[in-house]
Amino acid sequence: MFPSRIWREKGQRYRLEAGKCRTCGYIAFPPRLVCPECGAVEFETIKLPDIGKLLTYTVIRVAPSQFTDEAPYAIGIAELPNGVKLTAQLVDCDVEKIKVGMDVRIEFRRIQTHDTHGVISYGYKFVPKWY
Amino acid sequence: MRDVAVVGIGMNKWGELWGKSFRDIFVEAALIAIKDAGVDKIDSMTIGCMTGGLFVGQEHLASMMADYLGYKHIPASRVESACASGGLAFRTAYIEVASGMSDIVLAGGVEKMTDVSGDGATYALATAADQEYEVFHGATFPGLYALMAVAHMEKYGTTRDMLSAVSVKNHKNGAKNPNAQYPFETTIEEVNNSVMVASPLRIMDCSPITDGAAAVILTTVDIAKKLGKPIIKVIGSGHATDTIALHSRKDLTTLAATKLAGERALKMAGKTIKDVDFAEVHDCFTIAEIIVSESLGIFPVGKGGEMAAKGESSLEGSFPINTSGGLKSKGHPVGATGIAQIYEIVKQLRGQAENGRQLKNNPKIGMAQNMGGSGGSSLVHILEVA
Amino acid sequence: MVGIVGYGAHIPRHRIKVEEIAKVWGADAPSYKKGLLLTQKSVPPPDTDTITLSVEATKNALKRAGNINPADIGAIYIGSESHPYAVKPSGTIVADAIGACPRIHCADFEFACKAGSEAMYVCLGLVKSGYVKYGLAIGGDTSQGAPGDALEYSAAAGAAAFIMGSDNVIAEILYTDAYMTDTPDFWRREHEYYPQHGGRFTGEPAYFTHTMGAAKAIMEKANMKPKDFTYAVFHQPNGKFPMRVGKMLGFTKEQIEPGWLSPVLGNTYSGASPMGLTSTLDIAKPGDKILMVSYGSGAGSDAFIWQVTDRINDVRDKAVRTRKLLDENLTFVDYGTYAKFRHKIRKNK
Repeated sequence: MFPSRIWREKGQRYRLEAGKCRTCGYIAFPPRLVCPECGAVEFETIKLPDIGKLLTYTVIRVAPSQFTDEAPYAIGIAELPNGVKLTAQLVDCDVEKIKVGMDVRIEFRRIQTHDTHGVISYGYKFVPKWY
Repeated sequence: MRDVAVVGIGMNKWGELWGKSFRDIFVEAALIAIKDAGVDKIDSMTIGCMTGGLFVGQEHLASMMADYLGYKHIPASRVESACASGGLAFRTAYIEVASGMSDIVLAGGVEKMTDVSGDGATYALATAADQEYEVFHGATFPGLYALMAVAHMEKYGTTRDMLSAVSVKNHKNGAKNPNAQYPFETTIEEVNNSVMVASPLRIMDCSPITDGAAAVILTTVDIAKKLGKPIIKVIGSGHATDTIALHSRKDLTTLAATKLAGERALKMAGKTIKDVDFAEVHDCFTIAEIIVSESLGIFPVGKGGEMAAKGESSLEGSFPINTSGGLKSKGHPVGATGIAQIYEIVKQLRGQAENGRQLKNNPKIGMAQNMGGSGGSSLVHILEVA
Repeated sequence: MVGIVGYGAHIPRHRIKVEEIAKVWGADAPSYKKGLLLTQKSVPPPDTDTITLSVEATKNALKRAGNINPADIGAIYIGSESHPYAVKPSGTIVADAIGACPRIHCADFEFACKAGSEAMYVCLGLVKSGYVKYGLAIGGDTSQGAPGDALEYSAAAGAAAFIMGSDNVIAEILYTDAYMTDTPDFWRREHEYYPQHGGRFTGEPAYFTHTMGAAKAIMEKANMKPKDFTYAVFHQPNGKFPMRVGKMLGFTKEQIEPGWLSPVLGNTYSGASPMGLTSTLDIAKPGDKILMVSYGSGAGSDAFIWQVTDRINDVRDKAVRTRKLLDENLTFVDYGTYAKFRHKIRKNK
């Protein structure tokens, strides 16, 4: 993957930066130029909380080549306390014991390594909130 | 707006067509459609193709297809809306005829998916999802529909067997379709025990990788009458979009674009879903058929799986769905699917469906629903036999 | 007063037991366990590297540091022998991830297992000189031992992060010292995947000489004896060495145990003695004095004398304790999974 594509998203992937609409309060992750709720165009940058609840999940067994080292791996959608929903991998858990509704925490991990030559992309993953 | 009818349909056997090229697959289907319509020329054509670029390295394909079809110099365009590209091509052609811009238009769809590895196909298909916020994290298409399936199972109690019932029913229908890629029957047990792809979805919940094309000819009802063909009128066309990222939707268990496209098509037709006799819907995964059947109002919300398990969507059921075998059995060459749905609707409305899959009691109105990505685009068309 | 204002650790949850490795190589597990005094080691999954461990350890350090503005961190140094890139800094990624960019000085350190304490040493100097308000020092590794080599039983993963500053100090730095000579006991040449070592040469002339040299020098400088310390933390390439060096210096088992993680963690290289310090701070009381001596092959030791302040009681439970990361929520993997995680299996490109 060309480095600019990874670099451009680092505010979101490294720091969970979102855009909060100054008019209606809608939180856009990733940030947008136009509010999908009210059409306003002024946003302030906020940082998303790093905890959430798992809304749904799947365990992927047939994995794209970048992810075969991690298969089987879980992908889930979690809802954060402010209502924002994210898709990410759910790691550090027995995939057989995942439950809808479980509490998760966001951790910083490698997402794709692009074999041994490419730039490494980092970002957020869910882990069970075990403490 | 002029009244528009479908006067010709064309399709060949779908499958892993190792010996056939991208262009030949399309031209074969188009020639059948032109012959079926009995027209001596077409004025223009629109082709649905999701990603010729990623599958065979070929973009700029509308011009090439026109040339190889023997129609060099006609206006030809390619439209794309992921797996709904075929449905979009049909709508575009419909608008072109209805508006008076052209009289006879070919709407086609084509995809050649087997010239890349399985991993290459997964990559190409995943371009229909949000690259940076879904695919980047390892989401695949079976994975995204699996997320919907788990949410639906949690919320409505949809079961493994209900998912399997959709696959069993579609394979039963597809076994009667000479063009189907996988015309075999299966059982609940076989589906339940097939290879896991993305839990809870197993390989027998998933539509396959397919090479194939389909084409239909649209013209005005007036011209259709002169051609002496059965008049299959396009009475409704609905199109809607939604966020392409699943997580951005308020509800993970409904398909808002499909609901809206269905409402728009029905409104245009002046009908309700109760007036529709049968439908071809986008069962890229078994859960998709269940949720689509709810979002279109065919079955009550939350009951799509139960109704499928009860046989309500079988050939003999209260609302037959996917008489062709659907994407599951017939195959899913993504850009061609939307056109092949129209092909089946016309077959049924003409009373020409083969091998005992023809619906009894002369169906009058059929609906085709074609969807892109995880539901980020949806097209619904309603056809009526005049 | 200059010292630690926030500290934190991070450890992957996966572990592999000595028996599981020994089984593959036909080695005698009981003798390895006895010889190395360790029973298992941490294993980083494929999505975990020195940078991800550093970010998570730093998040814990920031929690304990209270509401400091990451932009006030003027320097970030990461010590590791497993920086993910041969060329491209680890520190910039960590700095950007915690929101400390762009007015920050950044460098990656490497000195076998000593690079983490080096980062601490340099940050303390920069804070003391007034060059930076806060300095972030990290020691972390996802170290590799060659398959079947004795190192494979111990090479582990983990990181510790320390924010050094001059206000709200948790542990004041009283003295620092260092002891270095050219002693090639362990090395990895460029383009080589696994390190090599001098076997028993890594012991007496290397680990013991330098660790004791630094420990004696700093105690002499401070005019302190082992009994003047509540705790002592030594580099821990296995379970045995830190206990033995402690005993040789005159420390008791009780002084060493809180920071003695290697028996169930393995050797986290640059993270080893820094992580030992975090688990010692987790249980330390105000006024406690702690001796910390690192060791890095090649070879050298850094020594620190810390004095814990009253603030420790307010901050220790603002983040997860190191022992909890060490002992709870574990997944034991088999050698096959470990080999896959550590890219020891040759695959088609």
